Amino acid sequence: MAEAKPVERPLSPHLQIYRPQMTSMSSILTRITGNGIIVGVLLLVWWLLAAVTSPGYFNFVNAIATSWFGDLVFTLSLLGVWYHYLAGIRHLIWDSAKMMDIKTAEMLGWICLIGSVVLTALTLIIIHL
Amino acid sequence: MRYLTDRKRAVGKGASGTGTEHHWWMSASAVALAFMIPTWLYIVGTTLGLPQQAVIETFSQPFPAILTALVVIVGMRHFAKGTEIWIEDYARGTTGKALKIAMHSLAYVIMATALYALGKMVFIGLLLGANG
Repeated sequence: MAEAKPVERPLSPHLQIYRPQMTSMSSILTRITGNGIIVGVLLLVWWLLAAVTSPGYFNFVNAIATSWFGDLVFTLSLLGVWYHYLAGIRHLIWDSAKMMDIKTAEMLGWICLIGSVVLTALTLIIIHL
Repeated sequence: MRYLTDRKRAVGKGASGTGTEHHWWMSASAVALAFMIPTWLYIVGTTLGLPQQAVIETFSQPFPAILTALVVIVGMRHFAKGTEIWIEDYARGTTGKALKIAMHSLAYVIMATALYALGKMVFIGLLLGANG
């Protein structure tokens, strides 16, 4: 029968002592993008709310949402969404215990990085057609 | 001698306290979002910048309204449960609990606001349809 004995385990060294690598950086970016896109969501939902409030209020919020600031927030959010999208698919692949060797994992990191830029550009082109 | 099986003594003792439930839920909602996000980005992207009435008309149609509601509900739950991961890494005790409550609250406020706006758009759309 297993005994529930407390074991004194050494603490693992923290993040900053490791050299930056493709695998760790692409993992941290997943977290940053997942949390960061909340800024775009806030602006978008504020804009939706304004559309059902009054014409004056819509003009005010719409001016912000379509200004250089709004463009910047939405473009960065779009980049964040696509990065998080690809990185999420990468995690689903890893969950099935596939493509886990270091070379392939690093390649997947590059696919996430380059793919998110390509998909952002594609999205911007398609919605402006 | 304790009359507990090894399994029963182990359940709930892991770092999460809830086994793989959180991880499985994040994977399942990720798949749902992966199917919805591309189409939703197109709808939002082509509607941003339009006049107020065109915005209301777009989101009062069944497909954009239902898709946006689904993206907001699933997306905000995915966001709230996702923030738990970094909170558990960087904060402990009361601070950690307070941060989790704050993030879940923010997500629910955004969700309710978006659903209110969508509902009102559908309603205005009905009125516009009745007049036109």
